[in-house]
This record gives sequence, C-alpha cells and structure tokens, in this order.
Amino acid sequence: MNRSWRRRTTDGSQLTLRGIGLGYIGLFVALPIIALGARAFAGGLPRLWENLTQPEALFSLRLTVIMAGAMILINVVMGTLTAWFLVRHRFPLRGLMNALIDLPFAIPTNVTGLMLVVLYGPQSSIGSFLSAGGVEVIYAKPGIVLALLFVTFPFVVRAVQPVLLELDRDVEEAASTLGAGRLAVFRKVILPSLLPAILTGAALSFSRALGEFGSVVMVAGNIPLRTQVAPVFVYGEIESDNPEGALGVSVVLLVGSLVVLILLNLLQRLGRRQDE
Amino acid sequence: MSSAVSMSGSGVNGSPQPRAARGAPPTRRGFTSASREGRWGTRILLGVVIVWFAVLILAPIAALVWGTCDAGLGAALAALRTPTAREAFNLTIGVTIAAVLINTFFGVVLALVLARQRFGGKLLLEGLIDLPFSVSPVVAGFMFIILFGPQGWLGRWFEAGGIRVVFAVPGIVLATIFVTLPFVTRELVPVLRECGLEQEEAARTLGANGWQTFWRVTVPSVRWGLGYGITLTVARALGEFGAVLVVSGSIIGKTQTATLFIHQEFTDFHYEGAFAASLVLAVVSFCLLVAMELIQKRMQQERS
Repeated sequence: MNRSWRRRTTDGSQLTLRGIGLGYIGLFVALPIIALGARAFAGGLPRLWENLTQPEALFSLRLTVIMAGAMILINVVMGTLTAWFLVRHRFPLRGLMNALIDLPFAIPTNVTGLMLVVLYGPQSSIGSFLSAGGVEVIYAKPGIVLALLFVTFPFVVRAVQPVLLELDRDVEEAASTLGAGRLAVFRKVILPSLLPAILTGAALSFSRALGEFGSVVMVAGNIPLRTQVAPVFVYGEIESDNPEGALGVSVVLLVGSLVVLILLNLLQRLGRRQDE
Repeated sequence: MSSAVSMSGSGVNGSPQPRAARGAPPTRRGFTSASREGRWGTRILLGVVIVWFAVLILAPIAALVWGTCDAGLGAALAALRTPTAREAFNLTIGVTIAAVLINTFFGVVLALVLARQRFGGKLLLEGLIDLPFSVSPVVAGFMFIILFGPQGWLGRWFEAGGIRVVFAVPGIVLATIFVTLPFVTRELVPVLRECGLEQEEAARTLGANGWQTFWRVTVPSVRWGLGYGITLTVARALGEFGAVLVVSGSIIGKTQTATLFIHQEFTDFHYEGAFAASLVLAVVSFCLLVAMELIQKRMQQERS
C-alpha cells in the first residue's frame, strides 16, 4: 500500500462523489429547467411572445410586480424597525417575538391563506366591519399584499439583525458626542452599514413574492384581470388543460428568480468587501 | 457584516438565518434614552412594531385557533378521523420520509463535493442548488409535468414501463424533493469547511479506510448541521402546497397530501376539516421551529 496507490484511490472516490452530486443536481434541477425552456421555445420566439402578451398573462405579471413592490416598501421599513428593537431594546413580548419571527417560514402557505381568510373574510367580524367601511381585504388586492407581508416577514428582520449586533457603537456615540442629531446619526452612520443587509432582505422578499402561490390563491382567489397574480395564472392555465398558455409567464418567473439570485450574489460580495 | 449576507444557515425558504443573532440579549442601553422627546419617539416606534407584529403574525394564528374551537373540538377530531384525512396525512408522512432520505443521501454527497473539491463549473453548480428556493412552486410543478408527463423526455420511458409519474404519487415525491433539495447541502457545506480535514487525515494515518473515516469522524463532527438541514427539509416537505397541487392534479383521496386535503375541504366548505388539519400542521411546524432553535443552541455550545 504505497503512497501513489492511495492517492489514486482517493481521486477515484472523489470523482465518483462528484459524479453522483452532479447527476443529482442534473436530474432534479437542471433537467426540469431545460425541459421547460425547450418546451417554451419549441414553437419559436414569436409564439412565445404572443403567449406572453395575452392580456391576462401581462396583467398577472404586472400585478405581481406591483404587489411585490408594495410589500417591499412596508417590509423594509417594518422589518428594519423590528430588527432594531429586537437588538437594541428590552421590552415585553421581545422573547415571544424573537421566537415567532421565523414562524411564517414554517407554516404551510395555504394554511397562511386560510388563517387570513378566517380573520378578514366576509364571514368574520373584522371582515364585515371593514367591508361596511368600504374596504375589501379578501378576494381583493389588500389581501394579496397582506399575504405577501406575512410570508416574507422574516427576511428583512433576519438579514438586518446580525449586522446591527455587530455594529460598532463607538462610532455612533462619537457622532452624537460631536453634536449629530439622532436622525443624522441614523442616516449617516447606521443606515449606510445596514444598507446591504436591507437590500438582501428586500431581494429575498421580492423573489419570494414573485413565486408565492399558496397563501395568495386562498386569499385573492383566481379572478383574471382582477386578483390573478402570475403564479396563480400559471396554475389556472395548467388546471384548465392549457399548459401551453402558461409557458410564457413561467419562463418570465424563472428568469426573474435567476436575476434575483445573481443580484443576491453580487450583494453578498458587496457586503464582504465592506467588511474588509 | 459578512454573516448577514452569507447564505449559510438558511431558513425554510432560504432566508439567511444568523445563528449568532438569535436570542442574544441587548448588552447595554444605547444613546437612545438620551433626551426626553427621544424617549417618547422610541416608545411610539416600539408601539408601532409591537402592534404590527400582533396584527400581522399573532392575529391570524389566533384566528385559526379560535376558528377550530368555534367549529367544536369534537367536530375537528371527527374530521381528522375520516379515511380521506387519514390517507392524506399518511401520504404526507410517506412523501416527507422519501424526500428526507433522498435529499439527505445526495445532499451529503454534494456537500462533500462542494466543500472539499475544486473543479470547473463549481459556481454554476452552487447557483443551481439555490434555484429551488427562488423558483415559484407552481413553476416547479409545471417543470415536472413537462419532464415527466406522458409525452415528456423522461415521462415517455416511464409510461412505456407502465409507471405513472405525473398526477400520481411519484410526481408528488419528485416535486417535494425539488423544493427541499437545497437544505441539507447548504447547512452542511459551511460546517464541513469549518471542521476542516485534520481529524480525517489523522484517522486515515491511523489506518481507517474512507468509509470508517466518514462514519466515525466526519458524520459525528457535522451531526448538528445535518440535523438542522433535515429538520428544515421535514418542515418544508410537510407544508409544500403549490408544487404538489400542480403535479397531483388533485384526484381526491388518491393523490392527496395534508395540504391538498386542507385545500379540498376549504373549497368544499367543510371548514371543520380544513381548520383542524391546518391547526395540526401549524402546531407541527411550530414544534419543528422549536427543534431548530434547540439544534442551533447545541451548535453554538459546541463551537465555543
């Protein structure tokens, strides 16, 4: 059993492992994506374009982006604030809050949807109170934003929290000693160091909102040109035996998640560079 | 800073979950209590945060609990005892076990490859691993219908062999494997990198073969990371809805998982069944969350 023999065997087993790993990803991730792409472009680009520009498809994509945008605006502010208080303050409910932050990740999406329907639906007292005031939540757009807010709640909080923990307090104290107001300290000292983390949280939230289905379909239903977001549109087309109609929107959603993934990677590098 | 944006320690849906951040108490009061009006501003903001959390997260959960109790606990239990409900939960458990077994085996292999080997195209591979987190579950299900449907590249072969994949249990298993694929690998890679190769090399020098080294040295040193990855896989597999719905074609009873059962009951206005099953899944997910918390504590302890 000399040295060179052993080296060769480890190389062999390494190659086997690599082969198994690549085969696994190839079969379960790469091949399904290639199959979708091949099917989408099989009829030629004009067909796909036509497919994508049907009014319902375009509407669903636009609605998805608008709803995701509304969610991000709220989530970035509330998520950063929540992280701030969790890290810098003691208050009642803090332990409970910290423990339950991740719950939206663990709860099945359609259970989330069901909970929101129970709470705000036409049969609930809150729902009937709101609709008497002219505000419809369920089967309407506010319901979609609410569902997205629920399922993405942890992203910004969990991205910002560790950065806040590691933030050097001395710089803040120095700034305030030098006469900077609280707002100035926040804007000029704290916010710049939090920004990559906030953007990461926002990108993760956006990616999730692009694809979210279970909670939204329960809350908003499947009303074309009114509450039908892109994943629900895709589901509707498949369900009504017209999978071809879902190809264009599916490809856009897939490319969208790829772009966000690349963006996240860049953000990660930016964060690392700032660290050095 | 890097810990915030690093993707290690992923949540059920791929969020960064900083291990160090959780549960760490604020060490000292900051400058925030400096001025009187500042204190009031802080209090108002804190009030907003608490109300927001209560309305957004706590109220829906309370509504589910209240809804189940309102429909009557007896009715809830009866709804869970029906054959359809039982079959649905059994299928969910079976699918979860299958997804955990497959993703753990291949996930460990893949993690070893990513942590220990250098080769061209590794970046692309890492990107592909993350993709199931960001792809819409509906699109994921759709991809499997295309690939494994009767006319699909692979479905054709299965069809010729008389095996139904799509609109049947194998399709549900495939879709669940896809959506839970990244967890084990992504939890293991950083842990493997951290524990390094020294102990394994020592074991080898002492005459252990590759297999012995793996089971007696590698596995014990990454066991908590592995446990965490598996817990995340279980949580997501139990609760997956969109991908499974698309792939199953929801044929009642035959290919119904617990989440599909909830959907069915809800659309049929059988609210007791939908509420009861939802509450069961919510409680299970909460328990898994607690398990994750405990595992993270152990990991931190062992690190320090």
